[in-house]
Amino acid sequence: MTKAPVILTRDLTKSYGSVAVVQGLSLSVQPNRITAFLGQNGAGKSTTIKMLLGMVRPTHGDGTVLGRRIGDVEENREMRRRVAYVAENKPLYSYMAVEQTIRFVSSFYPDWRADVANRLLNEYKLPRRQKVKTLSKGMRTKLALLLAFARRPDLLILDEPSEGLDPVGIEHLLQMLVSQAAEGVAIFFSSHQIAEVERVADHVCILDNGCLLLNASLDQLRQSYRRIDLTFPSAPCEREFRMAGVEKIRTKERQMSVFASWNAEAIIERARNLNAMSVEVAPVGLRDIFLETIKEN
Amino acid sequence: MFFKLNPTTGQPLYLQLMQQIRHAAEAGVLQDGDQLPGIRTLAEELVVSPNTIAKAYSELEHDGLLELRQGCGAFITVKRRTRCLTDHVQVARRRLRDLIEQLREEGLLDEEIKRVFEAELLYPAEIVRRR
Repeated sequence: MTKAPVILTRDLTKSYGSVAVVQGLSLSVQPNRITAFLGQNGAGKSTTIKMLLGMVRPTHGDGTVLGRRIGDVEENREMRRRVAYVAENKPLYSYMAVEQTIRFVSSFYPDWRADVANRLLNEYKLPRRQKVKTLSKGMRTKLALLLAFARRPDLLILDEPSEGLDPVGIEHLLQMLVSQAAEGVAIFFSSHQIAEVERVADHVCILDNGCLLLNASLDQLRQSYRRIDLTFPSAPCEREFRMAGVEKIRTKERQMSVFASWNAEAIIERARNLNAMSVEVAPVGLRDIFLETIKEN
Repeated sequence: MFFKLNPTTGQPLYLQLMQQIRHAAEAGVLQDGDQLPGIRTLAEELVVSPNTIAKAYSELEHDGLLELRQGCGAFITVKRRTRCLTDHVQVARRRLRDLIEQLREEGLLDEEIKRVFEAELLYPAEIVRRR
């Protein structure tokens, strides 16, 4: 079992003219993990993924995927045999029928798992003889996912895989991600479904305006992020709380709310020393961490 | 045995699972030799990363509450200390029940009692409410 990162980038940058879409991205994605890639629309997630797969040439910087250099044509081809990718817009051969598409794609992969393909074909209730162009958005997504899951890849890269899926489809997708991870497949996926990410991901990367703002394990985030609500006998001074770990302070008369990425104990101690009348500490969910991180940027 | 993990409690999921298994063993719901589901099975059932289950099992094995047998699964190993603890926990529950009843009679609402308990366990009393 390899411990080397499945994705490793150094200073990866993509600019279109004077506009930098991805800026100096240094990312390391570990094997045997489910890693979520979060960001607003236009944050640079899809461009990053396309650079990793060699579909977009970086303006600056470099990287490897499964140890193969992304800029080298030969190595890139070798890498893409072992990586299954589901693109944001789920491009498929629209003139083919579902069954034909599966047969066609399977012919490229010696490790193709017909059992997985058949099982998903039934579970997704995909119409075998229907042309791809007549499928709904959700059905197209399901077909694209089937083609990726049946490939037995080492790394799954999914760009917005839950787009167009209903709640049942999303639950099924999450179960498939868990099954694939249990088989040792590394998973790197972008998503706007924060509640789902919070359930299955081991690790989270947050990208905004092309910059990596956060790269941490979810366990670490759960343990360290806290919202501390304080009440003082008189209006408190925000300056007293400008300390390590404090990301944001909101004050309203005698009340103060501190958003901390770590160091909650020291913040509580400071509040106690400043005669806080009440201290309430609450955990912070991934949604709030995401929104506050983006807002701060 | 049903486990329920809550991603928004501010506690890592593997710790939640560890606590639930430990609690079940201490309460006698899980007994010596009982088998737990495999990592993949439980991960798929709870729809969480398999690493969450693997970490919880591995930590519990380290604590001596679980035995991982290659290819066979995970088995509860209730030691004498745990059995002793089971009795203590049951006594503690009875005492807490009496205390909660007394607090209710004194006019505290369940939500208020819960907050006092949580605050007292998590942070020193003088920090929580200083008048």
